[in-house]
This record gives sequence, structure tokens and C-alpha cells, in this order.
Amino acid sequence: MRIICPVKRVPDTAADKHVDPQDHTVDRDRSDPVLNANDEWAIEEALQIAERTEGAEIIALCMGPDQAGTTVRKALSYGLDGAIQITDDAVAGSDAVATARVLAAALADEPFDLIIMGNQSSDARTMLVPAMLAEHLGVPALTYVKDLEIDGDVFTAKRETPAGHQVVRATGPLVVSVVEAINEPRYPTFKGIMAAKKKTVDVRDLVALGVDAAEVGLDGSRTAIVDIAPRPPKEAGRVVTDDGSGAVGAEALADWLVEQKIL
Amino acid sequence: MSTILALVEHDAGVPRKVSLQVLAAARALADDVHAVAFGPGAADAAAALGAHGATTLHTFDDAAVTSYATGPHAVALAAALDASGAGVLLYPADPFLTDIVARTAVRRGAGVITDAVDLTVADDGLVATKAIFGGDMLSQCRVRDGHQAFVGIKANAFAAADDADGEPAAVSSLAVTLSDEDRRIEILDVVEQESGDRPEMTEASIIAAGGRGLGDAEGFQLIERLADTLGGAVGASRAATDAGWYPHQHQIGQTGKTVAPQLYIGSGISGAIQHRAGMQTSQLIAAINTDPDAPIFSIADFGVVGDLHKVVPALIDEIERRSE
Ligand SMILES: Cc1cc2nc3c(=O)[nH]c(=O)nc-3n(C[C@H](O)[C@H](O)[C@H](O)COP(=O)(O)OP(=O)(O)OC[C@H]3O[C@@H](n4cnc5c(N)ncnc54)[C@H](O)[C@@H]3O)c2cc1C
Ligand SMILES: Cc1cc2nc3c(=O)[nH]c(=O)nc-3n(C[C@H](O)[C@H](O)[C@H](O)COP(=O)(O)OP(=O)(O)OC[C@H]3O[C@@H](n4cnc5c(N)ncnc54)[C@H](O)[C@@H]3O)c2cc1C
Repeated sequence: MRIICPVKRVPDTAADKHVDPQDHTVDRDRSDPVLNANDEWAIEEALQIAERTEGAEIIALCMGPDQAGTTVRKALSYGLDGAIQITDDAVAGSDAVATARVLAAALADEPFDLIIMGNQSSDARTMLVPAMLAEHLGVPALTYVKDLEIDGDVFTAKRETPAGHQVVRATGPLVVSVVEAINEPRYPTFKGIMAAKKKTVDVRDLVALGVDAAEVGLDGSRTAIVDIAPRPPKEAGRVVTDDGSGAVGAEALADWLVEQKIL
Repeated sequence: MSTILALVEHDAGVPRKVSLQVLAAARALADDVHAVAFGPGAADAAAALGAHGATTLHTFDDAAVTSYATGPHAVALAAALDASGAGVLLYPADPFLTDIVARTAVRRGAGVITDAVDLTVADDGLVATKAIFGGDMLSQCRVRDGHQAFVGIKANAFAAADDADGEPAAVSSLAVTLSDEDRRIEILDVVEQESGDRPEMTEASIIAAGGRGLGDAEGFQLIERLADTLGGAVGASRAATDAGWYPHQHQIGQTGKTVAPQLYIGSGISGAIQHRAGMQTSQLIAAINTDPDAPIFSIADFGVVGDLHKVVPALIDEIERRSE
């Protein structure tokens, strides 16, 4: 079983975001970049599958700048076997379609049974990449998965829906995107962190992938950001302190709901 | 603007509220709005969709396109784009439609803009506004010329028309042939939790959310009662879903869902940045918390410093009394 884990480098949610005023891209280096949280659940699931499958191999796949190397090492520190990093100035500013195109090109000559990834990134949150990657590769995608069972090449998943879940089944190779409910991610061990430093990262550019630079990046993307600006600040709200009985707070809140035409 | 196609979700022919909001967004931009609906009963939506401004309703009512089967949906959506001749597709921004739209975009070479909260037409085409980074910033995006534009509309960003008096839409059934490739995902079972008549969280106008301050799973009964009194949905913080007090699909925040209802009421939620990233763009925010320094108060329009176990039951009584 060969498993691919796409991982994204994102600004920490708690950090101030810096956007380049010229090209409107996120300056990820000034925004405390971290490994996208949802990808940690995907890595954990891959590790659990590998632990019960003889001869399994897990490879991280990351498209990002040079500095994304730290994100790749972080992924490796969980105990993954290797990594592919796509770094090329021409991919900067890629939209979802272009990102999926590049990730798919990186896998064109890579055998895989399963691509497992987070259902969303914490910065762009488009949730488009899993299905787009699957479409480029011509494989099925089981998305928003909270429970995954594997029998040979048959994958049976519980897929989270707004009202509950569906049980879905497909034959691999395929893409699975996971939600937080799937597992409890482990922490990297000291041994894992040390071992990650020694693992080889296969760094490739667009030429190596055979992708035309004009098709990706800021200029090759189908979507373009025209403008970006901070949201106008909100007026400070009203705060009422309850008397301990609940009555004072409830009445004031109900009055406000009437005022706001909710009631 | 030329024809816009609106992707509609319906329950046995009754269009979802968000679908009507999408039609309103389309109507504001184009005179000719077509709708597309899938699955059994799709054609029954023609009267309601026509009333809300659709001239034509494209349908594919094969049972294969129920339960979010992505493959068949994507094929049928491509057929609807051809039949309507639309250059712009608007769809309700929800996870399952996102899968379908993603696949179709790759097939069509289209660009996708997710979670739009406003749309305008500038001389060089459609410009969408989206709230990004948990609502800290607003960005204006467009799809480059020469590509179809697929734009996801955030629930509650547009109001459905209140003068819905248009003629029923003309129903046109799509010619769609599904291959085995399109049916590679088998749906074995669909399990729905009992949630009474509560709306789905991502499209609800009102959300009552609860966190660790509820104390235990039973605490959520209080939040459910508050939600029901207001006709709203139930949301939860990660502390609550992690503890198993409420199902994960109700989690709001960075690793859960992003919601922007008309009103969000949080009880026993501190308002950590990762939670705020999922609800900060709500139109009105109310919070009940014992801690006057809880960060949630910094973004609340109305805050009550108090014990939720006292304030929420009293609030339910107040609302019931005033609604009589
Ligand atoms: C605020 C903001 C808004 C944006 N809005 C849009 C938009 O509306 N339309 C659009 O087309 N683009 C948009 N983009 C561009 C988008 O960030 C990039 O296309 C991005 O590389 C992929 O989209 P995502 O992060 O939303 O992926 P998602 O689909 O949300 O992420 C799902 C998974 O895809 C994988 N993944 C994503 N990116 C990478 C990567 N670089 N390397 C490896 N794995 C990866 C990860 O496993 C991740 O968990 C936006 C960017 C920003 C910063
Ligand atoms: C990578 C990452 C992703 C995350 N994603 C999410 C996410 O998607 N969603 C999310 O919610 N969190 C997320 N978190 C977790 C987040 O940081 C907080 O830990 C979480 O939101 C806290 O939940 P809470 O507000 O319910 O609990 P707490 O922070 O413990 O707050 C409980 C609040 O209840 C109040 N309280 C206690 N008793 C009462 C009472 N009787 N009456 C009234 N008030 C009372 C307390 O004063 C306190 O403010 C994420 C964290 C990380 C690191």
C-alpha cells in the first residue's frame, strides 16, 4: 500500500495576516506558517493504516516555496517515509484549479493506492482541492470522511453529512478527504523529529513535472484577486451583567432581540 | 449580463431556502436566469423557481443523482451548462455541491470562487466579494476572461425575493448518459440524526451555539430548546464536540464549519480565535458567559455576563412570552 499525504503550509490562524499589496498573495513567512491542522488528521489516519498493513509506505506531497521545507519536515516527523516538494517561483499564487493541476502532475508517475488529505485548509478553505485532484487523476474521491475501513483495494467510509452520515464505498486507487472526527492525531516523538532531518525530500520544479508555467501561478490561474482590504471595524457591543437569577440578563437580551427585529 | 445558471437543491420539489437566495443573487445580475435541479421530484420545483425569477428549469430526475452522488451530478451539471448556454454558474456554497462544482470546473476549464457574500458587474465581468481569514479581510475576486465562472454563494448573504410572483419556469429535461465511470461510488446507507424540524446549521438564519461552559452533554438540551424557540440550528465549539457532547458536524470554527447567520448566540463559549474564525462574519452576535473578560465579548453585539444555566432558561421563557 502506497499512501500519499498532500500537506499545505498555512499561516497560523492566531497570527496577524500580511497580504502583499501588489499581487494580493499571502505573505506566509510573516504569518507564523504551520502545517495545516486538518492535514494532521490525514497523516494520523495514514499512520494507522500503515501500522496494520505490511509494507506500507507514506509519502508527503507539498507545493510551496523553499521555506515549505519546514512544513515537509514537520510532516515527516510523524514518521512518514519520504516527501515530494514542488517548489518553483512560477507556482506562487496558484488558485485551486492550478494547485490541483500541479499536485496531479507530481503524481503522474508515482504509483499510489490512496491519497489522503484534510478536507479543507485553514487559510483559503475552498475545500476544492480534493475533488479537483481526483478529477485530474481520473479517480473517485470519498470526501468529509469520519471513519475509513479498507479491505484489499475496497474502501468503505462514513462520510459526514449535515444531518448525519452516509456509508459509501469505492475501489482504489482513490482520494479520501478527512474531517476532524476521524481520529486523535499523535504528537511527533523526539525520535521522529530527529529521523525526519535525515530523510530525503525530493524537490521538483515545473520542468521536472512537465507543467507549462503559463498554466499555473498568479498569471496562469483562472481566478484573480482584484483587491483585498481589512474589514471595517465593528462598533463595540453592549454588555449587561446578570443579577445571578438569570432574569436581568434574559430580559435585556430579549429586549435587544426585539430591537434587532429578531423577535 | 448573459444567461446565469443557478444550481438548486430541493427536498422533493421544494427548493431549499439557500437556493432561492442564489436565484435572487442571479436575478440582480442577469435578466435571463436558468435553474438546474437534480433527482426525483426536480420538475416539481418549477413553479416556486419561476416565481423567484427562473425562466427555464433544467432537470435530470434519475434516481442516480440523489444522496450527493458526485459522479452523476457532475455529468448532469455539465449538460445543464451546455443546455443553458450560461457563462456563469451560481451555486449554494455547501460542501457537497463544492465537490460537484470542483469536478465540473476541471472538466470545463472553469474558475471557481467560493463563499461569495456580494456580487457586482464591472466592465470586465463579474466581481465577487468574499470574507477571508475568518472575516478579518474582504477580497474582491474575478474569473479571468475566456473561462466559465462558478461562484459559490454563502448562505444568508442574499435575501430571497419577497415579491415572488414570476410565471412557472419552463421545464426542460436534460439528456444525460451515465457511464460506469460516473457510478464508481456506491452509497450503501444514509443515516440521519433526529434533529426535529431544525434547519441545517450552514443555512440557518439563527444559530444557538454551546461550549464547554455547558458542563456536560445534557447541557445541549438547553441549547436545543433555545434553538427551537428561535427556529434556529444548534452549533458547538470544539471543546464540546471533542468531549463528545454534540456531533462533530455541528462544530463551528477553523477545523469545523464557517457560518454567517443573521444571529449567532453563543453560551459558555470563550471565543477562541479558532472558533471566531468560523462565526465572526455573523450579522449579529450575542454571547452569554460568566467571565466578563471572555474574548467572545470583544466581537459580540450584545453580551450577558452571567450563568448560562440561569440566563438561557429565563431567555427561553422571555422569548415565548413575547412571541405569544
Ligand atoms: C484567503 C484565500 C482565498 C482564496 N480563495 C480562492 C477561491 O475562491 N478560488 C480559488 O480557486 N482559489 C482561492 N484561493 C487560492 C487557494 O489558496 C490555493 O488554490 C490553495 O493552494 C488551494 O486551495 P485551498 O487551500 O483552499 O485548499 P482546500 O481544498 O481547502 O484544501 C484541502 C486540502 O488540499 C491540500 N492542499 C491544498 N493546497 C496544497 C498545497 N499547496 N500543497 C499540498 N497540498 C495542498 C491539503 O491536503 C488540504 O488539506 C484563495 C487563497 C486564499 C489565501
Ligand atoms: C489547530 C486548532 C484548530 C481549532 N479549531 C477549532 C474549531 O474549529 N472550533 C472551535 O470552537 N475551536 C477550535 N479550536 C479550539 C479553540 O482553541 C478552543 O480551545 C475552543 O474553541 C474552546 O471551546 P469553548 O469556548 O467551548 O471552551 P473554553 O475555552 O473552555 O470556554 C468555556 C467558556 O465557558 C464559560 N463558562 C463556564 N461556565 C459557564 C456558565 N455556567 N455560564 C456561562 N459561561 C460559562 C467560561 O467562562 C469560558 O469562557 C482549535 C484549536 C486549534 C489549536
